[in-house]
Amino acid sequence: MNINEKLSTLKYNKDKDSHLSVDNNICRKCIKKVCTYICPANVYEWNDNSSSLIIRYENCLECGACKIACEKNNIQWRYPSAGCGVKFKNG
Amino acid sequence: MENKTEVIVIGAGPSGVSAAIVLARAGKKVLLIERADNAGDKNMFGGEIYTKQTLEIFPNFIKEAPIERPLTEQGFFLINNEDSVKFSYKISPEKEADSYSVIRSKWDRWCVQEAQKAGVIFAPKTLVKELIVENDKVIGIQTELEKYYSDIVIIADGVNSLLAKQIGLRKEISDCDVTVNVKEVYKLNKEKIEDRFNIDEKSGYAAKILGGPLKNMFSIGFMFTNKETLTLGVGISLDDLKRLEKKPYELLEEIKKHPSVSNYIKGAEVIEYSSHMIPEGGYNKMPKLYKAGVMVVGDAAMLVNNVHFEGTNLAMLSGKIAAEVATEALNSGDYSEKFLALYDKKLRESIVIKDLITHKDTVSFLKKHIKTITELYPEIACEMFKVVTSASNEPKKIIYRRFFMKLIKSGVIFKSIPLGLFAIRKCLEK
Ligand SMILES: Cc1cc2nc3c(=O)[nH]c(=O)nc-3n(C[C@H](O)[C@H](O)[C@H](O)COP(=O)(O)OP(=O)(O)OC[C@H]3O[C@@H](n4cnc5c(N)ncnc54)[C@H](O)[C@@H]3O)c2cc1C
Ligand code: SF4
Ligand code: SF4
Repeated sequence: MNINEKLSTLKYNKDKDSHLSVDNNICRKCIKKVCTYICPANVYEWNDNSSSLIIRYENCLECGACKIACEKNNIQWRYPSAGCGVKFKNG
Repeated sequence: MENKTEVIVIGAGPSGVSAAIVLARAGKKVLLIERADNAGDKNMFGGEIYTKQTLEIFPNFIKEAPIERPLTEQGFFLINNEDSVKFSYKISPEKEADSYSVIRSKWDRWCVQEAQKAGVIFAPKTLVKELIVENDKVIGIQTELEKYYSDIVIIADGVNSLLAKQIGLRKEISDCDVTVNVKEVYKLNKEKIEDRFNIDEKSGYAAKILGGPLKNMFSIGFMFTNKETLTLGVGISLDDLKRLEKKPYELLEEIKKHPSVSNYIKGAEVIEYSSHMIPEGGYNKMPKLYKAGVMVVGDAAMLVNNVHFEGTNLAMLSGKIAAEVATEALNSGDYSEKFLALYDKKLRESIVIKDLITHKDTVSFLKKHIKTITELYPEIACEMFKVVTSASNEPKKIIYRRFFMKLIKSGVIFKSIPLGLFAIRKCLEK
């Protein structure tokens, strides 16, 4: 079962704005890009063409791991607006 | 003043709801705030709630709460590359189980309903953006829409506690102080669950899984039987995920495929995937717990005993103690930092901080010996059972000798000495 299939089991209410943001200038200098593998929802993907981070914030599980993991402290992290984001039925 | 109450509790998890209900029972006015539409919708855990501490807050829970199963059998799987050794502790069916499996969306919601019956005002779908601080004293909260004021604020906003951080009680946590957990819930009919785990409708099975795909990292797998669902998950220290460049959901996939686990979930549909962190920093990373007008409880205060997988019980206890201190403060009209220091004192007299102190260096010790624990022990345990159970064509003496040589070569005995000494020290320590 791949991550997209896993995420498809979840209910989300998409927030209109992203609750996650980064400064791509800092990401460009980041070698390990840990956010692209430690995230349990595969939210972050490095795009070589645009030299920037793709952030699929609508898939976020609101765990908070990325903000701690980023060694450059580059993730502006907040909760989605009340009533938005993920909803667990069987947590 | 408009929008003013006696106590505001932020977060309707086990710690917040316990604080709120204890205050309401003491006749205090409490506003319980939760960012989710319904309590529990943002929460996930293993998991099991513990009977003793839960009864202290909810004396009626066994009869009335939406519990899944009493956990009458606790298993441990030591898994190697392909084989495994499993053992379990099973209690007599006449005895009260020490814990029950629950599903957070149902459990948290029931707890909040109980709190409402006791007089707590519940405000769901309300996100606290920040605390209002005046003259170094917390006097209220700012939500997305408005301001609310109170004599005391109790911060129960969980592992990420942006609010304890805002007022400087807590520093940014580091990657060695949390585990990232992912789990899946499987739909499986009651009979199948009961057959697969050798249980009946009045019993339940839980297991911890060590080694295999999780070797060489500070990690554990977990499995819980619910009424008509099964839970399987893994938790891995964030520093190890970074170090090994692992994706948490891929580790979960590897555990699912392991022959010691795969048959339990065979043919069962995954109905939900989820993730949540556990604070693992323990006593050394515990923040300051109070300040004028405010106290921090539960995961927000890092009150988790990760050696014994205890979180909800310490959350409930800390919530209860904070509520008792808040009641005294309200009665005497004193919300100063000096008065609220009583919360710290009482928490230290309880098992919450006593146990955290006992294990203040355990996680860092276990991390140093993680290869022995997660790789060597499962391997040697499997090897030992193989010696005893496989009827091969070789003479037994040769098999014994080979096993003995393996014991020597692997250094398992030598490597176990520090672990043994550590355990002895823990028992003797003051
Ligand atoms: C995978 C996993 C397995 C676990 N297994 C077990 C187990 O088997 N047994 C056990 O005892 N413990 C277990 N735990 C630990 C346990 O879940 C926690 O210790 C416990 O939930 C802590 O309770 P809490 O009330 O402090 O925090 P939480 O339960 O996290 O509750 C915090 C609440 O605050 C809300 N909130 C956060 N910020 C805001 C805000 N700004 N405004 C409004 N609301 C907000 C959240 O939505 C949430 O409802 C496990 C944890 C995990 C992740
Ligand atoms: S780890 Fe931090 S700095 Fe690096 S790519 Fe990710 S967000 Fe950018
Ligand atoms: S909070 Fe968790 S799920 Fe959301 S982006 Fe960060 S790591 Fe991924």
